[in-house]
Amino acid sequence: MTDDFVHRLKDLVSDADWSRGPADALALVEYADYQCSSCQAAFPVIERVLERMGSQVRFVVRHFPVVSIHPLADGAALAAEAAGRQGKFWEMHRRLMESRGALGELNLVAYARGLGLDIGRFQRDMADESLAAKIRKQKIQGLRSGVNGTPTVYIDAVRYDGQIDEAGLRAAIETELSKDRS
Amino acid sequence: MTALPVGSKAPDFELEGSTGKTKLSDLLKENDYVILAFFPAAFSPVCTSELNLYQEVKEEFRQMGAEVVGISVDSRWVQQAFAKQNNLSFPVLSDFHPQGAIAAQYGVMRSDGMAERALFIIGSDSVVRFSYVSELTKNPGADRLLEALEKMKTPT
Repeated sequence: MTDDFVHRLKDLVSDADWSRGPADALALVEYADYQCSSCQAAFPVIERVLERMGSQVRFVVRHFPVVSIHPLADGAALAAEAAGRQGKFWEMHRRLMESRGALGELNLVAYARGLGLDIGRFQRDMADESLAAKIRKQKIQGLRSGVNGTPTVYIDAVRYDGQIDEAGLRAAIETELSKDRS
Repeated sequence: MTALPVGSKAPDFELEGSTGKTKLSDLLKENDYVILAFFPAAFSPVCTSELNLYQEVKEEFRQMGAEVVGISVDSRWVQQAFAKQNNLSFPVLSDFHPQGAIAAQYGVMRSDGMAERALFIIGSDSVVRFSYVSELTKNPGADRLLEALEKMKTPT
């Protein structure tokens, strides 16, 4: 049975998001879990897409820690947010995605130290309830938007159900860009 | 076979599962709604990610008065192992003998011996309020369910 239900972002991209690329460009949103091996595998794929199309796309990462099976995912999301408060969200995002699941507390502190962060502040921010609340809210909005696992990607606010590979993503982005021009 | 449509009476059942015996009519006494999530096979990739998702959204469902229950034709021992491995705290029920009898009553038993990937929301009056059969290989997500529950909660 099929129907015309469209899985659409409930929370549109805004300046409250961590984003890369021009503010008025086509939005590419990824809901991610740092402990999820599929997200780790998708990381270089998305980076390659951005290398080619980065000027036409505004890339946003939102958190979707699947805590029932990934007990370290929440802490990792907090680490990214805490690094963000010191201007290093994307650098930490890369470290976490490339960590292959080494996401224990000591790992997170080591990554923060590697990025030259103020460790005291980093640890205080990681314990900040408002950051935990931000992550919870992103996750609930993700559930309402049809996130059905990680990673889930949205192109121009509509869920992308194709393969997360370079060809698939680039083709889908190009289709959207051509719509915008017409 | 057609899935029970909205407005039908939901057949009651009692099945063994990951948390012991579960009876639909008992759950309906304790909750405004019960979500029945039929799935093809425990441990298969899509079913695992689908049920993981329901575990993540369980609290949200609960706040809307709904309890979620998974059902497949796997034996109760399989369901227990499946629930344990994935930390699923809601009941995962075994429609094992006669195989798929409950799935058949809901019109979602397949000819290949598995249940469809199908979702029903049952109201406390035992009436089907929402009925959806997903593509077999596609995790339907939780947005349809959340949206349907929201609409039910809003008086028209």
